[in-house]
Amino acid sequence: MNAVVVTGLGVVAPNGLSTEEYWNATLAARSGIGRITRFEPERYPATLAGEIRGFEPAAHLPGRLVPQTDHSTRLSLVAADEAVRDAGLDTGQLPEYGVGVVTANSAGGFEFGHQELDNLWRKGPEYVSAYQSFAWFYAVNTGQISIRHGLRGSSGVLVADEAGGLDALAQARRLLRRDLDAVLTGAVDGSLCPWGWIAQTSTGQLSTAEDPALAYRPFDERAAGFVPGEGGAILVVEDEAKARARHAPRIHGRILGHAATFDPRPGTVPADDASALTRAVELALADAGAVPDDIDAVFADAAGVPHLDRAEAAALGAVFGARELPVAVPKTLTGRLCAGAGPLDVATALLALRDGVLPPAAHTQPSPRYGLRVVVGRPLELRLRAVLVVARGLGGFNSAMVVGASH
Amino acid sequence: MPELTMGELTRILRECAGEGEGVAHDGEFADTLFTDLGYDSLAVLETASRLKRDYGVELTDDEVVDVGTPARLLELARRQIAARS
Amino acid sequence: MARDVVITGVGVVAPGGIGSKPFWDLLVSGRTATRTITHFDASPFRSTVAAECDFDAQAEGLTAEEADRLDRATQFALVAAREALEDSGLAGDGPDPCRTGVTLGSAVGCTTSLEREYVVTSHGGRDWLVDPDLAVPHLYDYFVPSSMAAEVAWAAGAQGPCSVVSTGCTSGLDAVGHAVRLIEEGSADVMVAGGTDAPISPITVACFDAIRATTPRNDEPATASRPFDRTRNGFVLGEGCAVFVLEERERARARGAHVYAGVGGFASRCNAFHMTGLRPDGKEMAAAIETALDEARVRPDEVSYVNAHGSGTKQNDRHETAAFKKALGDHARRTPVSSIKSMIGHSLGAIGSVELAACALAIENGAVPPTANLYEPDPECDLDYVPLTAREARLDVVLSVGSGFGGFQSAMVLTRPGRAEQ
Repeated sequence: MNAVVVTGLGVVAPNGLSTEEYWNATLAARSGIGRITRFEPERYPATLAGEIRGFEPAAHLPGRLVPQTDHSTRLSLVAADEAVRDAGLDTGQLPEYGVGVVTANSAGGFEFGHQELDNLWRKGPEYVSAYQSFAWFYAVNTGQISIRHGLRGSSGVLVADEAGGLDALAQARRLLRRDLDAVLTGAVDGSLCPWGWIAQTSTGQLSTAEDPALAYRPFDERAAGFVPGEGGAILVVEDEAKARARHAPRIHGRILGHAATFDPRPGTVPADDASALTRAVELALADAGAVPDDIDAVFADAAGVPHLDRAEAAALGAVFGARELPVAVPKTLTGRLCAGAGPLDVATALLALRDGVLPPAAHTQPSPRYGLRVVVGRPLELRLRAVLVVARGLGGFNSAMVVGASH
Repeated sequence: MPELTMGELTRILRECAGEGEGVAHDGEFADTLFTDLGYDSLAVLETASRLKRDYGVELTDDEVVDVGTPARLLELARRQIAARS
Repeated sequence: MARDVVITGVGVVAPGGIGSKPFWDLLVSGRTATRTITHFDASPFRSTVAAECDFDAQAEGLTAEEADRLDRATQFALVAAREALEDSGLAGDGPDPCRTGVTLGSAVGCTTSLEREYVVTSHGGRDWLVDPDLAVPHLYDYFVPSSMAAEVAWAAGAQGPCSVVSTGCTSGLDAVGHAVRLIEEGSADVMVAGGTDAPISPITVACFDAIRATTPRNDEPATASRPFDRTRNGFVLGEGCAVFVLEERERARARGAHVYAGVGGFASRCNAFHMTGLRPDGKEMAAAIETALDEARVRPDEVSYVNAHGSGTKQNDRHETAAFKKALGDHARRTPVSSIKSMIGHSLGAIGSVELAACALAIENGAVPPTANLYEPDPECDLDYVPLTAREARLDVVLSVGSGFGGFQSAMVLTRPGRAEQ
């Protein structure tokens, strides 16, 4: 079977509005987490988020697109633009239906939807925008990216909470193996409006800390929830032979394997049950034709919620045994980006493979009880050939992906 | 409500549907097709909905589809406003 | 060795009937289930008609707690999934959980519950800074619609791949297509797949009003949905759900399962044209149809019935007619084409699955459902749309298509059981 390679990266993150800006900030452990500025968070149980600040849509997008798009859609269009540029992809040169778009989403253009609910219920039906018919819904980013770049191949949208982003990349790989030449894929997500915020705080899993340095500390004795954020990554993935045939400027790496599983019903197993997650990791390795020793590092889901951290550590322990496998948690610098988290971790893993360095996690002091070698303090230089990325979604969604170096 | 002029209509259009993309100069704007100005059917619908709220102007489905240019939209709207007063 | 996929269970919640039997009875009767909206007072809205389900969650076997907590669309999905699993013979003594997955299509997720809770937490719409103390503990389940697939997975005992597919109004077809691929590639042996939506709420009605996509024919609710008719002026919003049990064919054969149909082919394309608009020539839908037929290894002239998207908007029905002509050539004029949206409205992300259920039942029962309310054919829509009355017919190859906001165009081919081996 032909290899699937990543030829373009586009990143929008709280600590960097382009791939290189983000990567530099991440290696320097520069955090994008702070007190919410988009609305007054005083009355809410959690007040910290990874916001993308200083983003001026008009500087990046045509004026026509601005009134009809949610903030998260604008960001996804910017990420897609960067990915296409990075890949040197001239979509006009590819077969008519040769390029598709597959994105994941968690809650759609939620802030746009909040605005229109406000219009409807405060003012009346005639105040609801015509753009509400699509600007809030889950398919919007795929649709807008496809229109902007004229991509007419098989496309899709997946929702599996925070696990969905990796599922989208896997679906892109599936489509490449059938008939597509290239796919724009990934997720840019985020719902940082009051209405989205109370939906997220209702889970009780958000950190209530007010100091960004104390808020999101996965695998730490003091872990007490996570900080949500906005952003993510869009990737250009291609069939390797076709990418080489068109002389793609660079190959960032390969998508080697993937699997998705679903947890047993809550209450039928302990809350830190790791059976389905373990199976996802094992199946992803098998799909990659890899054995545990082939994996050089893990980008963890790192929920920052003790029972979820225990489950993840147990799954990694079950697969990798007593190996001191380095674990990277760059999302401690951005917060958890919903569907955007998995693709951003994959982008980060590819940059790590390229530069032979793992970024440090911020603020966390790893507890020995988890038995994980979490990279903290400063970047860890090492030779990397293949990396495992884990993403889990609320409700029991598990997704695992193996990515490898370009050579 | 301010009197509905081309300037006012242009302002509403931009507010509803963003800056156009066309190359029309000020003088040509009014008679340039919406599609050539970069405004699609939803942009016209959104503008029509604002005209209804602010000026009580009601455009039929066919009028919205066929209106074509800002000048024609202004004419349709003004005719209704005049008929009422 | 290629793994083929067959449908071994069907479950339906639709306007006019809960369960696949009442659903099929309605379709062949040609009766319509569209009416003036009763879910809320729709009088301030432009379009006040819809196709609503008469659905009592507890009468359908859900607990009081589920009836209270779960969004209506999730309730539909649980009821339809249960019917499909029982129908397939896999309920109770289920398949290996690790080899069973779920894909559920939904365009708008739990939008009705979200709106209800918004009104509460914003104090009737007054406060932008919504009140966290009024938020229900399960608000997040409404916020991210993957909760719907999770509920179905728990009910089905599935621990394989699980997700929601949300491609606007092609979600229901695309979710089944996605499940088919997962079985073909070996990621699962059994998939519980379908689509559900319950969007009849003020915000959804208002947004379709704003783009004038729904019909304002409020004084004739029973005949408001008029696909392919000269007098059509918009779609009628609906709600509903269909869920299938899909299985790898040899597995189904080995256990002696009843097979409704095989899934011969599936394809989707994007128009990259407009979020709501369609290119008049139907090019991308035609391309999806051609690819799906190729995969099913059937010629265009072997198609015995086309279940159209047929939403009843001016642009859709022309677009689609053009697509059928382009993809099927002369045969487009000879094969029956119908839109069941004339009877059960347009349930957004559910409808692709509901229409696919109609196709499976059409093969099973040897009949083509009609297009209701088609009295004055549009001269630009000049195919055989099976007006008013169902027709008996042996159906070997059935094509179902969908078209969605975002530019999605999808096509699926079902084949009569046993046909592939002949």
